[in-house]
Amino acid sequence: MTVAAASATAPPPAAGRGVPVLALEGVAAAYRQREVLVGIDLAVGAGERVALVGPNGAGKSTLLRVAAGVLLPTAGQVRLLGRPIGELDRVAVARRLAVVPQGASLPFAARVEEVVALGRLPHEHPLLGLGPADRAAVAAAIERVGIGHLVGRDARELSLGERQLVLLALAVAQGSPLLVLDEPTVHLDLRHQVEVMALLADLNDRDGTAVVAVLHDLRLAARFFPRIVVLDRGRVAADGAPGEVLGPELVRAVFGVDVEIALGTA
Amino acid sequence: MASRGETLASAVTVGRPRTPPHRVGLVAGAGLAALAVALVAGVALGPVAIPPAETIAVLARRLLGLDLPVAVAPAVEAIVVDLRLPRVLTAMVVGAGLGIAGATLQGLLRNPLADPYVLGTASGAALGAAIAVLLPVRVLVLEFGLLHGLAFLGALGAIALVYRLARLTPLTPLTGLLLTGYAVGSLLAAGLAMAMYLSGTSLRQIFAYLLGGLDGASWLRLAVAAPLVLGAGLAMTARARALNGLLLGEEAATTLGIDVRRERALLLGLAALATAAAVAVAGLVGFVGLVVPHLVRLVVGPNARHVLPLSAIAGALLLVVADLGARLLGNLPVGVVTAVLGAPFFLALLRRTRAGYEL
Repeated sequence: MTVAAASATAPPPAAGRGVPVLALEGVAAAYRQREVLVGIDLAVGAGERVALVGPNGAGKSTLLRVAAGVLLPTAGQVRLLGRPIGELDRVAVARRLAVVPQGASLPFAARVEEVVALGRLPHEHPLLGLGPADRAAVAAAIERVGIGHLVGRDARELSLGERQLVLLALAVAQGSPLLVLDEPTVHLDLRHQVEVMALLADLNDRDGTAVVAVLHDLRLAARFFPRIVVLDRGRVAADGAPGEVLGPELVRAVFGVDVEIALGTA
Repeated sequence: MASRGETLASAVTVGRPRTPPHRVGLVAGAGLAALAVALVAGVALGPVAIPPAETIAVLARRLLGLDLPVAVAPAVEAIVVDLRLPRVLTAMVVGAGLGIAGATLQGLLRNPLADPYVLGTASGAALGAAIAVLLPVRVLVLEFGLLHGLAFLGALGAIALVYRLARLTPLTPLTGLLLTGYAVGSLLAAGLAMAMYLSGTSLRQIFAYLLGGLDGASWLRLAVAAPLVLGAGLAMTARARALNGLLLGEEAATTLGIDVRRERALLLGLAALATAAAVAVAGLVGFVGLVVPHLVRLVVGPNARHVLPLSAIAGALLLVVADLGARLLGNLPVGVVTAVLGAPFFLALLRRTRAGYEL
């Protein structure tokens, strides 16, 4: 493997053993003066599946935005596959990390497959657009997310849940080794919630895509994610397997409610 | 029926994305063919009608270097070469510039109501032109007078001012640009109103500029405006990728690998350049830059890689036809004709969504 060959057009290097796909080192972030994240240390290894949970305003979405390079940290460093995010251009970041947009509005009519094809923007030829490989990736993503029946329809006519699936397909078509999702199930019915979770698990198991998802539903998180990170007031309050993390004391301390999370696998 | 069949077919061929390039090529070919016909018609028709054969003979010799065996009287050749051809070609360049600048600004601002004039360019150009009319100075460099120069600078200056001021606001970039553009535009429009109030007998001259027209077309002016419009148009088309990313919003574009801030500055500058060159030679021709990109999107969808060049072709076509109509109807202002031609056509298309695209 020659280093020189790893040009801008080459896919990002496969995560070497031990190099985390995503690493946040002492990251702090703020909107204007308001501190939202304080001293976050978090590493996500290749092929890991991590659910990010916590009460509203804990900084979950902010953490994802910092990881994606959309928001600059006020302190600390973000690394994608070992490289500091500040050293990477936008296309290089997009080839390492795909974000499922949290609901997007389209100013003009666009067919479902045209929206999914936007996931190929970091890969397609800058002047000529989609090539055969890109079209194949779009078709595969549509198939995989199971939205073939929506092809040809104006994405703006779809239900919120259907739109969410289209945006998920877009991120799958992007084909990055890390997939980041903010509330991927919020508009979905029960069957689609489970299907999306199963799809994330499958992408994770079969393709080795690392997944980081913000989830509100602790049962879904516990059932489908082997690792759970609890965020509270901008800090990591707990990090580990569902059984270790989602005990009644922590849930009471963080969420302020008395519940017991059924951690059975059924 | 056709659209239903299409939808069914696509539902059967699961996941085979159809953004058929051959269809876009077909539309582009049809557009160019129509443009060629409009070119011949625009040159042949007028107070002195020139037979199509002679028109084509002159065009073929002058534009393509082909010698056709058709006799053409020198007077006819003079009308074609000195008067009509520069005018028709200028209409093409201006229409193309307004079409592509409109498409870029609609995509950039994510706003279907945007047009080339939305960020203060129209008021800036008009104020520049009005000041030029009022100043007791006459300058002429390469057939360009003070009016052309100040209109050009006014358009560019207004958008530069809007861009700088918008960045000082704490608003999100798009809201900031639109609101600042509105405020600056209103301010410049007040200046324009003042200039018109003070203009006395020159009012008609300012008013003619506001309505737009191609009476001032000449080879030399065309030779200056065309490279600006075509260059900016090509550069915008080369950045179509950024506009595609912006379909889903600025944050999504960023995560799809677009350097939004840089692309926004570049595309705004290029759109402003094309607009300024267009309004400097033809005044404030309305409607082309708003409607043409929508028409194109209705036919080929939202992919900016197709929408931008096709908007240039369609804009050129619309303005050549509108100018021809304006001349045949006794030298009406071309802006009136673009609106009269464009609006009903646009309304009719809004009611039909055969291609599956709606506004």
